[in-house]
Amino acid sequence: MNIVVCVKYVPDAQSERGFASDNTTDRVNVDGLLSELDEYAVEEALKIVEAGEGEVTVVTVGPDQAADAVKKALQMGADKGVHVSDEAISGSDAPATSLLLAEAIKKLGDVDLVLTGMASTDGTMSVVPAMLAERLGLPQVTFASELTVDGGSVTIRRDGDAASQTITASLPALVSVTDQINEPRYPSFKGIMAAKKKPVETWGLADLGVDASQVGLAAAWTTVDAITKRPPREQGTIITDEGDGGTKLAEFLASRKFI
Amino acid sequence: MAEVLVLVDHANGEVRKTTAELLTIARRFGEPSAVFIGDGLDAARETLAKYGAEKVYAFSGDDITGHLVAPQAEVLAAIVQQVSPAAVLIPSNAEGKEIAARLAIKTESGVITDAVDVEAGPDGEVVTTQSVFAGSYTVKARVTKGTPIVAVKPNSAAPEEAPGAAADASVEVTISDAAKAAKIVESKEKQASGRPELTEAAIVVSGGRGTGGDFSKVEEFADSLGAAVGASRAAVDAGWYPHSSQVGQTGKQVSPQLYVACGISGAIQHRAGMQTSKTIVAINKDEEAPIFELVDFGVVGDLFAVLPQATEAVKAAKG
Repeated sequence: MNIVVCVKYVPDAQSERGFASDNTTDRVNVDGLLSELDEYAVEEALKIVEAGEGEVTVVTVGPDQAADAVKKALQMGADKGVHVSDEAISGSDAPATSLLLAEAIKKLGDVDLVLTGMASTDGTMSVVPAMLAERLGLPQVTFASELTVDGGSVTIRRDGDAASQTITASLPALVSVTDQINEPRYPSFKGIMAAKKKPVETWGLADLGVDASQVGLAAAWTTVDAITKRPPREQGTIITDEGDGGTKLAEFLASRKFI
Repeated sequence: MAEVLVLVDHANGEVRKTTAELLTIARRFGEPSAVFIGDGLDAARETLAKYGAEKVYAFSGDDITGHLVAPQAEVLAAIVQQVSPAAVLIPSNAEGKEIAARLAIKTESGVITDAVDVEAGPDGEVVTTQSVFAGSYTVKARVTKGTPIVAVKPNSAAPEEAPGAAADASVEVTISDAAKAAKIVESKEKQASGRPELTEAAIVVSGGRGTGGDFSKVEEFADSLGAAVGASRAAVDAGWYPHSSQVGQTGKQVSPQLYVACGISGAIQHRAGMQTSKTIVAINKDEEAPIFELVDFGVVGDLFAVLPQATEAVKAAKG
């Protein structure tokens, strides 16, 4: 079983996130890390391989710092990494990112399962897994809160708002997992030491046969015209309950015409 | 006038409020055409007509509804190819965003998700507004390639009635075998709570760690206000409330008129899902809880004392 996990290096949500002068997400001057939601995909891949056999390859697209995301996945236990990096990639939108991931996965070849998180914690669009499935022509089996791989097929539970669905497809397939699926492990000391010896390849556009005109900010299919920082909320009234907190709360709601 | 496609969000023909909002937005760019996928068109047509749908493209059958999202993207792609619409508007939920994603690649068109507003620019172009980084920035953006595909969040427009013909229109679509690769083999309907849908509700009352697992007072207060009930990630992870009710970065992002956080500290994970609410109220024992930085009105106290009293007061006021 050859599993590819796609991961993203994102600005830490706990830090002050912002934008670069070209209106793209600032990924350089902000502390970054492996997107928390991708840890669930790495964990699920490791569990599948540990229960059977196979190899877990981690793929990321991003600037130099994105190597940290690959490193974290290798420390958790993934076998090898691929870092797609090229100056021309900066500012790529989701369609371009999905193109690069698709070409990297094709270059790896012989892949049984592509795993991703449910969304990135920065852009939060949740579109790259679907785009990647479309580009690779793989069955799209997304938002798995349970995943079973059995022989040549994959079955998931997808918990929607209206219904809980069981979805099945034959391998190879693309599966995205939610944060309900498992509890990602912390890298052990042994894992951290072992990761130092694991192979990580860096691929540029030429390695993937992608032309620079297909990626980057200039090739994006959308454009950002304006960004405004939301003003901080004004400090409201805070009272301490002295036996009449509920009444005062209701009075506030009435004053704002909610009752 | 160009058509504007609206993917109808419905359950067996019962059209959800978001569709009326999308049809209202569609009229800013041309003539709304509803794309109805599934059963129950007869029940839906009246609502679609009421909010201005001039045409209805209807599709049903197991080839489409028995599989995950891919066939729906093929249906939309076929219509886009035939009628070259001014835009395609899709509900910004998990399924809608995935359909939008696949449609974007198929038609080589730009896609914008999680729009909280969609307006016509100076030249009639589609200009979207999004709230990003946990609601700390507002972004205006445009699609610059192909047909603008926009996934729009609930409550992005006030539905306005404008009678339309809702006439049947058709486009020939053959669903590919590839699109049928992911089969839905079982679907268990969730039990309806009888409360408003979380992302559409005007008022949301949420409970967190401070409930200790007892949501009864949160629910009673919510019901007195006709509100939806949400939960923090801590409460969901503890198994106290279903994941579909989780408000936060990895759950639902809500933006109601009023948000009431009960026993929720207000970690960034939670704030990302509710920070853009119009009015925010919190009840928490800990006066240092970060949620109090966001509130219009906060009560430092025990929710088990404050909520029942507030519930009685609301009931009394409503008579």
